[in-house]
Amino acid sequence: MITIIFYILSAITLGTAFLTILSKNPIHSAIYLVLCFFSIAGHYLMFNAQFLAMVHIIVYSGAIMILMLFTIMLMNLNKEDEKNKPILSRIAAVAAFCLVAFVLLAAFIKAQPAMREYAVSGKDYQSIKVLGQVLLNEYMVPFEFASILLLVSMIGAVLLSKKEHINN
Amino acid sequence: MENILQEIGIDNYIYLSTLLFCVGIFGVLYRRNAIVMFMSIEIMLNAVNLLLVAFSTYHQDAAGQVFVFFSMAVAAAEVAVGLAILVAVYRNHNGIDIDNLKKLKG
Repeated sequence: MITIIFYILSAITLGTAFLTILSKNPIHSAIYLVLCFFSIAGHYLMFNAQFLAMVHIIVYSGAIMILMLFTIMLMNLNKEDEKNKPILSRIAAVAAFCLVAFVLLAAFIKAQPAMREYAVSGKDYQSIKVLGQVLLNEYMVPFEFASILLLVSMIGAVLLSKKEHINN
Repeated sequence: MENILQEIGIDNYIYLSTLLFCVGIFGVLYRRNAIVMFMSIEIMLNAVNLLLVAFSTYHQDAAGQVFVFFSMAVAAAEVAVGLAILVAVYRNHNGIDIDNLKKLKG
C-alpha cells in the first residue's frame, strides 16, 4: 500500500517537474510547479514530518509561487512568444541531463550495498514539540541569523525594485 | 506509517531526489526564460530538501529537519531578491530573455 502511494507520488513529482520545464507558457509552468510542491509535501507527510509538510506548503506553494505568479503577471509574460534556444545548445542540454543522471544514478546504485538496514527505535524525534526544542536550544543562533537574513533580503528587494532615475 | 523506510528503502528516495535534481539542471540549461530558470533552481533545492528529510528519518535525528527549515528560509530570501533583480532587468531590457544579459559589463 505505502509502496504504491510512493510510486504514484514520485510519478507526479517527476512528471510535473518535467512539465514545468517543457511547457511554453510561464503561467502553466508555475501551476505545474505548485503541483510538484504539493506532491513533495505528500512525501514529507509519508515520512511523518508534519511540521515540515505544513511549512513546505505555506512557504513554497503559498508564498514563493504567489510571488512568482505576481511577477509573471506584472511583466505580462503569459504568452508563448519565447524564442527557442539554438538547436545545438538544446541538444547539449539534453545530453548534459542524460549524462549527469547516468553518472549520479550509477554511483548511487553501486553504493547501495554499503547502506545499512533501517531499524526503528520507537523514539519520538520529529513531532513539533521535539523540533521546537531542538530549534530553540541547539540552533538558537542560526535561527536568529535567519531572521536577520530575511530582514536584509526584504530591504534588498525593496531597494532593487524601486524605480531608479538615472538621468538626474 | 511509522516504518516507511522499511517498506520502501532509502535507496528509492536517493534515486528520486537524484532524478529531481537532474530535472532541475536540465531546466536551467534548456530554457531561456529567466523565471523558468528560477523555478528549476527551486526544483533542485527541493530535491536536496527531500533527501535531507529522508536521511533525517533514516538516522532518526531532528537536526536534518531543522536544517531543511533553514534552507527553506534561505530559499524564500533568495527568491525575493532574485525576482527583484528580474524586475529591474525587465525595466531596462523590456524582456527577461537571458541572452540579453550578455551585454552586461561587470
